[in-house]
Amino acid sequence: MTTPRTYSEFSRPLWMRLLLTRETAVIALTAAVVVYSLATVPNFDGPLTLKFLLQDIAPILLIALPMTLIIITGEIDLSVASIVGLSSVMLGVLHDNGLSVPVAALIALLVGAACGALNGFLVAYVGLPSLAVTIGTLALFRGIAVGLLGTKAVTEFTESWTDLATATLGSTNIPVVMVPFVVLALGFSLLLHFSTFGRGIYDIGLNDEAAHFTGVDVARTKWILFVLSGVVSAFAGIYYTLRFGSARGDNATGMELQVIAAVLLGGVSIFGGRGRLHGVIAGVVLIGVIASALRLERVTVNVTNIIIGLLLIASVISTPLLSWVATRLPRKAPPSEEPTPPKQATPAGV
Amino acid sequence: MTPHTDVRHADGTEASTSEVLLVEPSALSPARRITTTVLRSRELSIFLVLIAVTVVATLKNDSFLFSSDGWRNFLVNPSLLLLLAVGQAVVIITRNVDLSVGSIMALTAYLTGRLFIDQPGLPVVAVFALCILAGGVLGLVNGLLVAYFNVPALVITLGTLYIYRGIVLSWAGSDRINAGDLPSGFLALGNKAILTIPVLTIIALAVLAVVGYYLYTARGGREFYAIGSDPDAAVLYGLDVRRRVLAAFVLSGALAGLVGVLYTARYGTVSSGVGSGIELQAVAAVVIGGVAIFGGSGTVWGAAIGAFLLVTINRALPSLGIEDFWQRAVVGALILGAIVLDRVLANRQATKLAEAREMTA
Repeated sequence: MTTPRTYSEFSRPLWMRLLLTRETAVIALTAAVVVYSLATVPNFDGPLTLKFLLQDIAPILLIALPMTLIIITGEIDLSVASIVGLSSVMLGVLHDNGLSVPVAALIALLVGAACGALNGFLVAYVGLPSLAVTIGTLALFRGIAVGLLGTKAVTEFTESWTDLATATLGSTNIPVVMVPFVVLALGFSLLLHFSTFGRGIYDIGLNDEAAHFTGVDVARTKWILFVLSGVVSAFAGIYYTLRFGSARGDNATGMELQVIAAVLLGGVSIFGGRGRLHGVIAGVVLIGVIASALRLERVTVNVTNIIIGLLLIASVISTPLLSWVATRLPRKAPPSEEPTPPKQATPAGV
Repeated sequence: MTPHTDVRHADGTEASTSEVLLVEPSALSPARRITTTVLRSRELSIFLVLIAVTVVATLKNDSFLFSSDGWRNFLVNPSLLLLLAVGQAVVIITRNVDLSVGSIMALTAYLTGRLFIDQPGLPVVAVFALCILAGGVLGLVNGLLVAYFNVPALVITLGTLYIYRGIVLSWAGSDRINAGDLPSGFLALGNKAILTIPVLTIIALAVLAVVGYYLYTARGGREFYAIGSDPDAAVLYGLDVRRRVLAAFVLSGALAGLVGVLYTARYGTVSSGVGSGIELQAVAAVVIGGVAIFGGSGTVWGAAIGAFLLVTINRALPSLGIEDFWQRAVVGALILGAIVLDRVLANRQATKLAEAREMTA
């Protein structure tokens, strides 16, 4: 899917190149929706809108970070919402049996890591397709979560911890959960965009065989990403549980598709090899803002579904359309010395 | 035992190297060929699991199979998932996926109810036709987007999953279709049986037979496999890939449309939440049935047995003494087991082929 960068593409001015990226398009769209909502939607500028908006999208924001890296390698993790559910149940059951919240949360994180390690082992080392594996573990992890707790719910948590999950920073309306999110977002950005490991992630997505020959440990990279996905999903599960003060087996059912929709909306290619984290974060925020604005407008949640679906489809079919438009935009005059066209490595017939 | 690796002709003469084929016409009789094909098939393994589950559940509690209710549930319950799995299998064989089937099913289930309420004179056959048509059109939208914009089916059908579900949610709202709104003749269809075999099951098996026969024998059917195993090669070979992919999505949509009507006939009540999450069950059934998730291999027979197994295992667990809360965990383990088994079989096959190549070389 990735077309090789042509010389003419680089010859466009910098601002135009920056403007033509999908990330910029998503960010611009998000900004436009925010401005429009502030201007027209009653109470959108109210003090609680930002708080609830960020609290609502926090789990999706968190899980979207490792999901982005996984999709860039060309894999997918459909089991994330089930890991949210399982870690929620672990936290509830362990706390119910007398463990303190931090200890129970730590064990829940370890369980999340173990779930991710299983996914990663089957995908990276056994070599099974991640779509099939994680559909299987989606059912397996959710099944264990529901099996452990049945239809019961654990709702007794130490108050200081549930308060923390719903607290805001100082006198601002920014929820506390944004602190770990920002830390993780910075960490994942450094990992993806500023490390050898991260370059390896793109290499794997473009061509994992070639990545192997350039010295990338493909299996280990993928395994680590699935473990990270498990841990972050478990963290999101702990937050989810404490925020609502309720540990249930069916918590966050179906969230995997919301996360994937946001990641793809943010400009990550499902074929791997392309995508950037700031685009993904904008994608999650965009969905959150639309949902929040429509809710304030008292538009039912159904319309939100339709808009998310349309955006998702528009985001993929826009690529063929955008590149068509891009070829018709004015370009800087080509430099006097034309670059020689790359020679074909193997002429036909050899 | 391995006629396709034999370098001799059936009459025993040595084949000259120029005419050596990796696949020789088999010298075995058709009956023996069919037997060996069945015995070696991937489908047999899950079929045996299905039988084992059924036998054990019946031994524990003979009403599982040998009561009129048990027998009927055994046959009817898997029928809807079976139809979805057949459509899904065809789509997956072309190396695509259709996640929107649950939403399409919900739309046509609600459409069925509305048609009966708003157009009281409409014959049942017309309702079936309209719903299948509606499903086909929704599938066509998927197919057009996937085939003509050359974008991944996973993304497109994830998008239409949301859109179609949003449409049914807006349309139905909190409204429910109840059994009282539906003509009794239509509801009877959901429970009617011919020679103790429920009509719903007969419909599902008939669809399965037609699609399966077409995929197995027709040129068009084989093209689905060719496209799935290597789309680029299929284009170079001159196959009309777009038309086939379009056809697969239309079929999947139309079957989901049919499932919507059958759901209404079977259960009598429809809310806007019908069928949410069933798309992953359909994919799971297909995977359990041995269809490779990246296309090109597998059969709808396998997908159908996979659907049967998924539903039957859910019903059997309580009688096996396992709390039904654990159903999904068992299903998950089953899916993982199936794909690991596929990998083992594929590796064995690859080794065999490599040996065959060495022998002929």
